[in-house]
Amino acid sequence: MSNPKTLLELKAGETAVIKKMLPGGGAIRQRLLDMGVTRGTEFLVERVAPLGDPVEIFIKGYHLAIRKNEAAFIDVTPAAAKSNGAK
Amino acid sequence: MKPHIAIAVAGNPNAGKTTLFNTLTGSNQRVGNYPGVTVEKIEGDCRIGDTTLHFIDLPGTYSLTAYSQDEVVARSFIVEEKPDVILNVVDASNLERNLYLTLQLAEMGVPMVVALNMHDIARQRNIHIDITKLSSYLGVPVVATIGHKKEGKGELTQTLLDVASGKKSCENKTVHYGHEIEKALKVLSCCIEKDENLKGHRNPRWLSIKLLEQDSKTRERIQLEAKGPTAILDLAEKNATLVLDQEGEDPALLIAEHRYGHAAGIVQACVSQRGDRQTLSDAIDILVCNRFLGFAFVALVVYATFTLTFALADGWEYIPWDGGWTTPVGVFGWFFEEWLPGLLQGMADGPFKSLVLDGCVAGVGGVMGFVPLIFFMFLLLALIEDSGYIARIAFVLDRVLRVFGLQGKSLMSMIISGGIAGGCAVPGVMATRTLREEKDRLTTMLVVPFMNCGAKMPVYAMLIGAFFAAHQGLMMWVLAGLSWSIALTAALVLRKAVIKGEQTPFVMELPPYHMPRPMTILRSALERSWMYMRKAGTVILGVSILIWAMMYFPRMDTSAYDARIEAAEATMKTAIENGADEEKATASFEEESTAIQVECDSAQLRQSIAGRMGRGLESISQVAGFDWRTNIALVGGFAAKEVVVSTLSTAYSMEMSNDEEAEQPITEMLKNHPDWNPLKAFALLVFVMVYAPCMVTVAVIWRESGSWKWAAFSVVYTTTLAFILATLIYQVGKVLGLGA
Repeated sequence: MSNPKTLLELKAGETAVIKKMLPGGGAIRQRLLDMGVTRGTEFLVERVAPLGDPVEIFIKGYHLAIRKNEAAFIDVTPAAAKSNGAK
Repeated sequence: MKPHIAIAVAGNPNAGKTTLFNTLTGSNQRVGNYPGVTVEKIEGDCRIGDTTLHFIDLPGTYSLTAYSQDEVVARSFIVEEKPDVILNVVDASNLERNLYLTLQLAEMGVPMVVALNMHDIARQRNIHIDITKLSSYLGVPVVATIGHKKEGKGELTQTLLDVASGKKSCENKTVHYGHEIEKALKVLSCCIEKDENLKGHRNPRWLSIKLLEQDSKTRERIQLEAKGPTAILDLAEKNATLVLDQEGEDPALLIAEHRYGHAAGIVQACVSQRGDRQTLSDAIDILVCNRFLGFAFVALVVYATFTLTFALADGWEYIPWDGGWTTPVGVFGWFFEEWLPGLLQGMADGPFKSLVLDGCVAGVGGVMGFVPLIFFMFLLLALIEDSGYIARIAFVLDRVLRVFGLQGKSLMSMIISGGIAGGCAVPGVMATRTLREEKDRLTTMLVVPFMNCGAKMPVYAMLIGAFFAAHQGLMMWVLAGLSWSIALTAALVLRKAVIKGEQTPFVMELPPYHMPRPMTILRSALERSWMYMRKAGTVILGVSILIWAMMYFPRMDTSAYDARIEAAEATMKTAIENGADEEKATASFEEESTAIQVECDSAQLRQSIAGRMGRGLESISQVAGFDWRTNIALVGGFAAKEVVVSTLSTAYSMEMSNDEEAEQPITEMLKNHPDWNPLKAFALLVFVMVYAPCMVTVAVIWRESGSWKWAAFSVVYTTTLAFILATLIYQVGKVLGLGA
């Protein structure tokens, strides 16, 4: 376990657990919740789009693309970086 | 048993809902729109004995909040239309997230049946689901299905019948949201039940959950329908704060977490093995989402879609025809431009014949001429959508197009509309259907007409040929660059000034790839094309009759011309009587009478409503360098842009003093005309590129935006912009001395 970060700061291939949604997300927060971005969920950063944005994560068994704007609202706890598949 | 059972089909996008729907209803389908919105509504029937199962395909959604139009449509359908049964299609290979919706549907208090779809794929991925257990956890019947293979179809329809008739019990089990929230829900439900107008509401608990979630649409509804809305809304507010104080998080978040927690619990209990990852899908993504190859793949797919659409519709001649070969567009063109007019030629001359031939047949022909293009565009688009690649286009291009208030998928529409010269805005506007976000969709729709469509090409060719013959290649690049810059800038400005509001957040699933199903694709293309014919057709027919009337009325008194023709005839007869060569005299008469007829037509056009408008506008259009003839041509160009060429050439040939000049091609005529110069030509080029979309495009914008106001807006703002640009070019050019 290392220091808490936002999803934005993770690199491709890193695994982490959703810790908290920072306030200020607005409508996007409900959307993220609906897509399964809930506290305690483990996910893998699959890849970053060719121009550095959006980010693709593997969460709850499926692939989800999130813009960096939105990723900045998600606080995560990075897991030990070695596993190559979420869960 | 009820003879007619209404079944709402709900489920996540990419859960195989449409394929299952097709398997259930066969060819018995109707496509339409949900009232007031542009969300596609597909309905279909399936008869079992004396009973008709009437299926309504709800838009695919992940949840039932007020987040998107799709979600609002899906849930208001369930609340307001009160279907007898909900058929929830669940992707077996992605159970947890799919159950999140299932649990919300269960709360709505409608009997439900779950179709555990794509069972085969789940099995391949080593996911084993205990169906009996799942059914008991949810309290509703669960049937395993494989959408495209009809597997489970019989069992599913029988289960739906049994549930609708009450033979099979259906006790939707709902989520327990924890002590604090449940307490708040109880208080709120009580208050709702006491309200005189809401008394007897089908599901006060559901309303209470939505109120605690601070759902805007539900609050609006309470405001409108309840007798004492303030009491209910205040109570909801108070309880939400209470929950926040007690739990440290707001109810919306807690509710979502409880639902996911519940779903995870069910998965834990019913699924024996976690699925393997989809290696093939992942492998494809490593390639097509690659940092360097990503763009190349998008370019390839977009270019191939564009080229194939036009090649299949109007490029490759592969239909046996009249001893040779032709294209689908060729067949449609023959029918509406030769066969039908030929058939009607025998009608008595007069306004009615003109109305039928020049108004109706030409108008309907104009609509039908686009059908092959639209069909093939939808076919290829369905292929890209169904395979799952469209989400990758959005992923790769999002960063670029977002700057302009558009999104990745907008690019497809822009290319089809003429981003690569020679497209067509009609299928381009229709391609915006792949955009789920309403604002992005509207913006895209309003800017694609700036692209260089095929109909603008003859106009470009005419003007470039006349004035820029030495720089043809360069001019085409300049025009392409201009159209892209104008479209992107317009999108940016529209998003800032007209279609305001935050950009839709981009949270998108990248579904696993799967082999597209030919029947699904074909059906989708056929249905969407049919809808185009039906819906746009009526508008276009109306507009073409209007334009016809503008060119036809008011009728001029032609007696002077008739008298001249009679006089000529008399001269001919006298000449023949006096021993002149009969053949020669007849020929000379015919030539003269044709000339008089052309003169008469020209005078008629000049004093028709369109002609008067053209002349009336001359004082204004002069600022941009356009005379009245150009004005008439531009008015005619609203029917179809290529008409600018023919109208302009008619208007000019009419006043050429001798036959030799009148027979010159229009390019030569303009080049040698004293009024014309390269500066005016360039201003006109830009004007034609930018001004009002053709009427077919406008009709399609009307249908696709769901409002005539946006259609009207698209005409007004483009024409205003075109006029400003043309005036700028002409006036600045004149100052710089380029007009000489």
